[in-house]
Amino acid sequence: MLKILRSQLDELFALIAEKETLYIPTDATAGIAQFKKWENGMKMSDKLKTSRSAKDFFFPQTEDLVSFKKTGKKIDIIDPRTETEDFVIFGVRACDCRSFDILDRVFLAEPVDTYYKNRREHGTVVTLACSKPAETCFCQTFGIDPTAPAGDVSAWMTEDAVYFNANTEKGNAFVDVIKALATESDDTAVEAQKAATKEILAKLPIQNLKTEAFGGGKTEQYFKSPEWAELSEACLGCGTCTFVCPTCQCYDIRDFDTGHGIDRFRCWDSCMYSDFTKMAHGNPRLSQKERFRQRFMHKLVYYPENNEGIFGCVGCGRCVEKCPISMNIVKVMRTLAKEDEGK
Amino acid sequence: MNETLIPVVGVITEVKLDTPDIKNFRVVGRDGKKPFIHKPGQCAMVSLPGIGEAMFSITSSPTNEDYMEFEIKKCGCLTTWLHMLEPGQEITVRGPYGNAFPVDDAFVGKDLLIIAGGVGLAPVRSVINYCRHYRDRYGKIDIVYGSRSKEDLAFYDEIVSEWMNPDEKDVNVHLTIDREQENWDGHVGFVPNYVKELNFSTDKTVIMCGPPIMIKFTLAGLKECGFDEKQIFTTMELKMKCGIGKCGRCNIGSKYVCKDGPVFRMDELSELPDEY
Repeated sequence: MLKILRSQLDELFALIAEKETLYIPTDATAGIAQFKKWENGMKMSDKLKTSRSAKDFFFPQTEDLVSFKKTGKKIDIIDPRTETEDFVIFGVRACDCRSFDILDRVFLAEPVDTYYKNRREHGTVVTLACSKPAETCFCQTFGIDPTAPAGDVSAWMTEDAVYFNANTEKGNAFVDVIKALATESDDTAVEAQKAATKEILAKLPIQNLKTEAFGGGKTEQYFKSPEWAELSEACLGCGTCTFVCPTCQCYDIRDFDTGHGIDRFRCWDSCMYSDFTKMAHGNPRLSQKERFRQRFMHKLVYYPENNEGIFGCVGCGRCVEKCPISMNIVKVMRTLAKEDEGK
Repeated sequence: MNETLIPVVGVITEVKLDTPDIKNFRVVGRDGKKPFIHKPGQCAMVSLPGIGEAMFSITSSPTNEDYMEFEIKKCGCLTTWLHMLEPGQEITVRGPYGNAFPVDDAFVGKDLLIIAGGVGLAPVRSVINYCRHYRDRYGKIDIVYGSRSKEDLAFYDEIVSEWMNPDEKDVNVHLTIDREQENWDGHVGFVPNYVKELNFSTDKTVIMCGPPIMIKFTLAGLKECGFDEKQIFTTMELKMKCGIGKCGRCNIGSKYVCKDGPVFRMDELSELPDEY
C-alpha cells in the first residue's frame, strides 16, 4: 500500500484537485461536517461522518431532468444536461460507500437511470476507515466492516499518515496520480489501527442487531403486526429519516414554470408523506401507521426480497441521531423481532 | 441509450367527448406516426408540461397502426387540463411502461370473459380489439360492461357498431347500468351481480378492470361460481412518477406496479400486502 504523511495532506489535495474536482468532508459553519469542493486551505473534518449522507453526489436532492419550451400549441423538449466532469470524493465512510451499492441496484437496474449512471461513472470514491465509531453506529449488523471500507480506493488515517489501497481500475488511476507524493509501505500501522477499532466496536451497544428475523418472504409475518400502531404513534411524518438516509431513494418529479419555459426536475421525496401515494381518486395509505410501516418494510423485507437478501440499511446511525421523536430502525427491528423478550 | 425519463412530443389529432366526464384523445408523434409501439395493457406517461404528468393506459390496440388513443376521465388537476385541450395541441408522452396482458400466450385458445366497469373499460378495450383482430387465436369472447347510466358507458358507439355487430364471430356483449332510465331496455344492476346472473362456464379466462369495489365483489362472485384466482387477470392503478420502478410510489410489497404490473394474475395479487 501507499503512504502519505498527514503533514502532506494539503499537498495531496492540491495534487488531486489539479486533475479532477475534489470533495472532502470539512467542518462548515457551526461545526457541521459537510462534503465540500476542496479549495486551497480547506481542512478535512475529523468528525466521524457528515451530517448529510454522501448520496447527494450521485442522487442529488434536486436535479433537472428535462426542459420544455411552449409556443402556442407547440412544445419543444430540451435535454438540459451538460457534460459531467470527473470528480473524487475523499473520505467516504464504509456505511455510505455500501449505500452506493444499494442505490446502484435501483438506479442501474434496467431501464437504467442515465442521470445517476453518468455521475457514478465520473466519480471516484475514496473511502476512509473508521477509527472512532460512535454509539449510534450499527453497520456491522449489515455485514459492513468499518475498518476495511470498499470503494475505488480504501484509505486509513493514523496519527501521522494516510495509507491507500486501490480496489478498482478507477482506483488505480487515482493511485497513479498520488504516487508522486507517496512512499510504499507495509500494513503494520493499518493492521494496528484495525485491531484498536475492533476493540471499540465490540463495546458498542447496537453493533450486532439480529437480522435473521428479517429479509425477503417475511411480508406476511410483519405486515399485519400489531406493533406498527405503537411504533408509529409518535411519528411526526417530517421525513427527516428519509432525507438523512443514505439508501432512501424515492423521488418526486415536478414542473417549474421559469417564465421562459418549464423545467421538469426531480427531488427527494418521502414515503412518510401523505401526498406520496395520493391520487385524484384516493389514497391507499391513509394514516401515518401505513406510511411508517412502508418505510421499514421496504428496508427490511421488500428490498432484500428483490436483492438477494441485502438489506436497505447500512447502519450509519443518522436516523438514530436526527429523529425528533427518537424513533428509528433499531427500535423497529428490536420490537418486531421481539428481541427484548427474555432479557 | 434509452432516455426513459425524457418524453417525446405527441400531437392530439382528435378529441371526442365520450361520456359526460370522459374524453378520448387520439395522439400521434410529430411525424404523424404512432409515438411508440405497445402491447395490450401497457401504459404511457402523458403530460402537459407545467401542469403535470400521469400514467394512463393506452386504450387503442397495438393493431391500430395509425395512432394511439387515451381514454381519460376528468377527475384531478392534470385530467381537467387535458379535457380543455383541442386538436393540434402538443402534449408529451413516454413509454410504453409495464407488462401486458398475456394475449400471446395464456389467452391463446381460451374463451375470454372480459369484465369492466366505468372508465375501467379503457385498458381492456386494447385487449378486446387485439383479440378481435386476431380472432382465430381465441375462443368465445364475452364482455360484461357496466356503468352508472347509459350516457356513462364509454365507447358506446364502438360497442354497438362493432362489438355487437351481428357479423362479429362469437363476441357477446352484456351491458348493464346501475339504475333504470328512459331509452334503456337493457340490463339494470351492478356488474358483480350481473356476472353471477349470467352464470358463465368456469373454464373461461377472466380479464377484469374497474373500480376497486367492483373488483372486490366480482372476484368474490367468480370464486363462488367456481373460478380459480389463476384464471383471473386484472390491471392496477397507483400513483406513479417515474414509470420504471425507481421513484418508489407504486411499491406494494416487493413489486412495483409500473414495472412488475400493471397486469397481475389474481393469485399473484393476493400474495401482496393489501395496500391498493
